[in-house]
Amino acid sequence: MSNTDFVLAVEDLTVSFDGFKAVDNLTMYIDKNELRVLVGPNGAGKTTVLDLICGKTKSTGGSIKFNNTELTKLSEHEIVRSGVGRKFQNPSIYENLTVYQNLEVSYPKGRGVFGSLTFKRTQEVEDQVRRVAADIMLTEFLDMESALLSHGQKQWLEIGMLLMQEPELLMLDEPVAGMSAKERDQTADLLNRICQNRSVIVIEHDMEFVKKIAHKVTVLHQGKILAEGPMEKVQADEKVIEVYLGH
Amino acid sequence: MTLWEKMCASDLLGGKQGVIGLAVLAAVIFLVLPLGVDIFRLNLIGKYLTYAFVAVGLVLLWGHGGILSLGQGIFFGLGGYAMAMFLKLEASDPITTKIQSTPGIPDFMDWNQLTALPWFWEPFKSLPFTIFAVLTIPALFAYIIGYAMFKRRVGGVYFSIITQAVALILSILIVGQQGYTGGVNGMTDLRTMLGWDIRTDSAKYILYYANGLLLFGAIFLSKYVMSSKFGMLLLAMRDKEERVRFSGYDVSNFKIFIFCLAAMMSAVGGAMFTLQVGFMSPSFVGIVPSIEMVIFCAVGGRASLIGAVYGTLLVNYGKTVFSETYPELWLFLMGGLFIAVVMFFPNGIAGIWDKYATKYGWFKDKAVTAKKPEVSTTGVETHAVLTETLSAEAAAATESTDVAASVKKTTRKKAAISSPNIRGAEA
Repeated sequence: MSNTDFVLAVEDLTVSFDGFKAVDNLTMYIDKNELRVLVGPNGAGKTTVLDLICGKTKSTGGSIKFNNTELTKLSEHEIVRSGVGRKFQNPSIYENLTVYQNLEVSYPKGRGVFGSLTFKRTQEVEDQVRRVAADIMLTEFLDMESALLSHGQKQWLEIGMLLMQEPELLMLDEPVAGMSAKERDQTADLLNRICQNRSVIVIEHDMEFVKKIAHKVTVLHQGKILAEGPMEKVQADEKVIEVYLGH
Repeated sequence: MTLWEKMCASDLLGGKQGVIGLAVLAAVIFLVLPLGVDIFRLNLIGKYLTYAFVAVGLVLLWGHGGILSLGQGIFFGLGGYAMAMFLKLEASDPITTKIQSTPGIPDFMDWNQLTALPWFWEPFKSLPFTIFAVLTIPALFAYIIGYAMFKRRVGGVYFSIITQAVALILSILIVGQQGYTGGVNGMTDLRTMLGWDIRTDSAKYILYYANGLLLFGAIFLSKYVMSSKFGMLLLAMRDKEERVRFSGYDVSNFKIFIFCLAAMMSAVGGAMFTLQVGFMSPSFVGIVPSIEMVIFCAVGGRASLIGAVYGTLLVNYGKTVFSETYPELWLFLMGGLFIAVVMFFPNGIAGIWDKYATKYGWFKDKAVTAKKPEVSTTGVETHAVLTETLSAEAAAATESTDVAASVKKTTRKKAAISSPNIRGAEA
């Protein structure tokens, strides 16, 4: 497959679990600095697509190229190190560490066994932690055990942990699930801020929220792309209304 | 800055409370016990303290890494046997063993019709090699087991069961290969190390102190590991392994390393056991001793290095007292103790201590809170801020139920933390 200018080029991607094709011949391209939202009914394969990109699930066919590097052959930590960050559906933070430690542990230095044993908290790390904490609105909670954060703040913290790694591609699975209206607005602002110098893929059900953030929307249905394009175009699409937006 | 202030401010020692804890333990091991009991009892305590090496290793591996090994006896035994082989060879010189049909080889080999020293025994004629072997062979063995399992992402209960199986296999192998290992009796009648008689009272005192110093070495090494980024990653892995993996870490390498380190500590304990007790046998290798060592660690507090040492001392003291008076009751008592600890005191003695120390404000740690002067809020204040933010939001937001739900969740999570799940141990 030829090289492209896209940050992420997914081509003919297929994965089948015992004959059931969760993702079926999917082709999708993500531009630099683009914020793409994946929508679709439950079981459409949205989360599976993210799992395939970050290496959690191995594909049965097709290719995923990130900056023209094939990802399907790499292991999870190699994919992360090449610049792909992934946030899980339920907030995955280290509850027994403080907010500061959660961010510090995610700093992309000292990633080997011996590197981590000799890792020192330099001014650079300190600055990065404070910068990210300001971004995710958690500066005043830095010394608090992260288990005590509210649900929404935990979601932000996990996004912050990814930002510490300065990924070129950030993938967020339902980042506003369980958030209050105010928190949703703050998250939309946050996403609009952080996609300035990176590409972002978001899975989201809340159409109001999608409208606020999406540059382009991809609608998945039964592992295939049903429609793709700007929000207004997709919302007007008859097939989309029938299978997804209708109910 | 005085030395005391410096020590209290260091991350490595764990603040004022950490320094006091270490000082008290040092006083108990190096002063109170040697002055308070006779050499027979002290030698017995020295034996218990060799198990403490295993317990300290388990604090790292299990308490912090969440990896429960039920086979630490393997490494304790390998270290102990390596030392025993050296001592046995020294005790089997041709003059002492001249009545054997093959003089110059260990007595049990002669009884088993061996006529020459097996090749793998040869290098154990050298003490430097033996010390090298104590430190590397168990660690290498742990590396092989760890690599085979962690790279395949075998974990949890499966890992525990497999380590248990390996411990059983090794003890059966030692018993079965009588001619090479001394069989079920083990290696007995060990006398001297480079001509120095290890059975005299003065030797026992020296070995006791050497053992204590090595134990402190193991504790400081563990403190260093725990205070590094590696230590934070261990806690992170125990909590959310996937998150660590998808933050760019090869999780298996971290698990292999900590397993090897715990194995190495156990092996040093094993070698010190052989030196102080004067023999080594398969009864320190198999399943039962391995599980006992987990109990020492659990009783002391699986997250506390110092707690693990006290736990080891207390359980073994109890074992000695009770098995002298009611030998048949001891096993039930030990089982009951383990169940009680798991159910009511998941953090062991250290957990109970911490609870009361916090409650009554003993050893309030000024050094730690003063460390980051730029952050004005302490833990309690931040919590108050959080509660305020949440209630303000609850009042303002239209979806107030949503916020209430998340507050509830926070409280529940808090409850879950104060009683960490230890059920893995029951399996």
